[in-house]
Amino acid sequence: MEKRVTFSSWTIGILFAVPQLLLIFTFFYWPAGQAVYWSLTLQQPWGGGNIWVGLDNFRSILANADYWNSITASLVFAGISTGLAMFIALVLAALTDRQLAGSRLYRVVLIWPYGIAAPALALAFRFILAPEAGFLSVINRIWPGIWDPGLDGADAMASIIVAFSWKYVGYNFIFFLAAFQAIPRSLIEAAAMDGSGVIRRFWDIQFPLITPTIFFLLVINITESFQDSFGIVDIMTSGGPANATNLMVYKIYSDGFKGLDYSGAAAQSIILMLLIIVLTIFQFRFIERRVHYG
Amino acid sequence: MVERTPFLNFFTHLILFVGFVFCVAPFAVVAIAASHNLRDVNDVPMSLLPGSDFWVNIKTAWVTAGLGPKLLNSFIVAGGVAAGKVIISALTAFSIVYFRFPGRMFIFWLIFVTLMLPLEVRIVPTYAVVANVLSPYQAILDVTGFSWLIEKLSGVQVSLNLGLLNSYPGLILPLVATATGTFLYRQFFLTVPDELTEAARMDGAGPLRFFIDVLLPLSRNNMAALGTIMFLWAWNQYLWPLLITTDQSHAMAVTELKQLIPNVGGTPEWHIAMAGTLIVMLPPLVVVVLMQRWIVRGLIATEK
Repeated sequence: MEKRVTFSSWTIGILFAVPQLLLIFTFFYWPAGQAVYWSLTLQQPWGGGNIWVGLDNFRSILANADYWNSITASLVFAGISTGLAMFIALVLAALTDRQLAGSRLYRVVLIWPYGIAAPALALAFRFILAPEAGFLSVINRIWPGIWDPGLDGADAMASIIVAFSWKYVGYNFIFFLAAFQAIPRSLIEAAAMDGSGVIRRFWDIQFPLITPTIFFLLVINITESFQDSFGIVDIMTSGGPANATNLMVYKIYSDGFKGLDYSGAAAQSIILMLLIIVLTIFQFRFIERRVHYG
Repeated sequence: MVERTPFLNFFTHLILFVGFVFCVAPFAVVAIAASHNLRDVNDVPMSLLPGSDFWVNIKTAWVTAGLGPKLLNSFIVAGGVAAGKVIISALTAFSIVYFRFPGRMFIFWLIFVTLMLPLEVRIVPTYAVVANVLSPYQAILDVTGFSWLIEKLSGVQVSLNLGLLNSYPGLILPLVATATGTFLYRQFFLTVPDELTEAARMDGAGPLRFFIDVLLPLSRNNMAALGTIMFLWAWNQYLWPLLITTDQSHAMAVTELKQLIPNVGGTPEWHIAMAGTLIVMLPPLVVVVLMQRWIVRGLIATEK
């Protein structure tokens, strides 16, 4: 869509865009370019600039078992937490949309988790799921040593998945509910007149009509699980035990800032960037075509 | 619509109620744990009846983590990011929608691409830029030969240096440098009727006048929605402040939570940790409760 009526002076028009352009050049394009440069060079230990090493940084990363472990952990985390957060939010939104008594209350309260900082909720869940205090410790009383996120990798992974999903149920709920409410009531009522029940109407009318929202949230949840997980991992597990929760962004941070391996961290950043870009393009190109638009 | 489905209604209520409990429980647990003393909070299972030490614990957490100045920092940064986004996005969207200069579509795509790569992903090089924000310009001058020229002509060696580590601009500016708000405004500006622009031009208003007196007052709803979302987003930032603030004077509240994690060994002081968590999660929660309408509207409009 384009405006028919516009202003003619070029200079003023460009001047309005200058602040934004300066910002994104300095803090987006330059660093992104820098990441590409670093990933192809190696900083010399005694100073004296970077030397060109081509794709060596990528080769050494991809040959590293720790890195593959980190990718696997990220994918497991992304898959399970996205599935959980979306499924629960979808069910809650569909039921809230039935507008029975009390649905207003749910509409207000179920959004709350969205506002909470990931590290704050991580600390809360660290307490709730702590092996020696809080609530899950009860099962350790019955079967000693069965639950310990500090020692068992699977337990640690489960903890960060629970914390992340809890926040994103609130986020997904907002979008699902809005999508359900955008469906014309008359459509549902017509189907009801024809004798279809609540569940039938859900599968035949509501679900197909909200597929765009589902795919949109799928991509957002996966990309967020790559980035917003940092605070949760840092507070709850610090990547441990034995790298079981060393997700990709956390590894970039610890290699780059704790290990001071800028080139390795930059190469990892590039791989993560590519992954996210591919996901985004995938959303635009392939998924959108198979989706009903109401 | 009246429909008799008693069985299904029962399950609807049941599931929603369970969802409600799971959603509220962590808040309740944090608040209750913050009111216990050291012995009670480590009871297994912890008693769900509130203890009597709530204010003592809040005070201890406040003092140990030095939350007072850090909350102030959080307010400044979150407010700064929200204000910066609201203003800069409006300017850019106005430029893209209301003018026809060459390269307009190029600028549009330059901005659009920034949506794809979040700050967390390019964290290492962004940190290097903020350590000296003028380094990109220095490099450009060096490569194009301007530094050499200036040095020859005036005898002054060009070395631009402006570090933003441990400063408010260093915290705020990189968070403002994304496209989120621009597209919200763009969508809205496209719905503003052309007749309004025509009328304003006929009355002799230039672009600046039209922007300030017509477009901005019309965008008030958008500003509220965008401002709220950006405030929450900036308040909840963790990785960026963690890197940029090596000095306590500019630390933000959320990053200080790490100091409250109980040490291994000895009885863990969960009551203090939970009191601190409560303080840090309260301001955004209040914003969510008060601004609910704007959040829902803003989220749905910015992301689509």
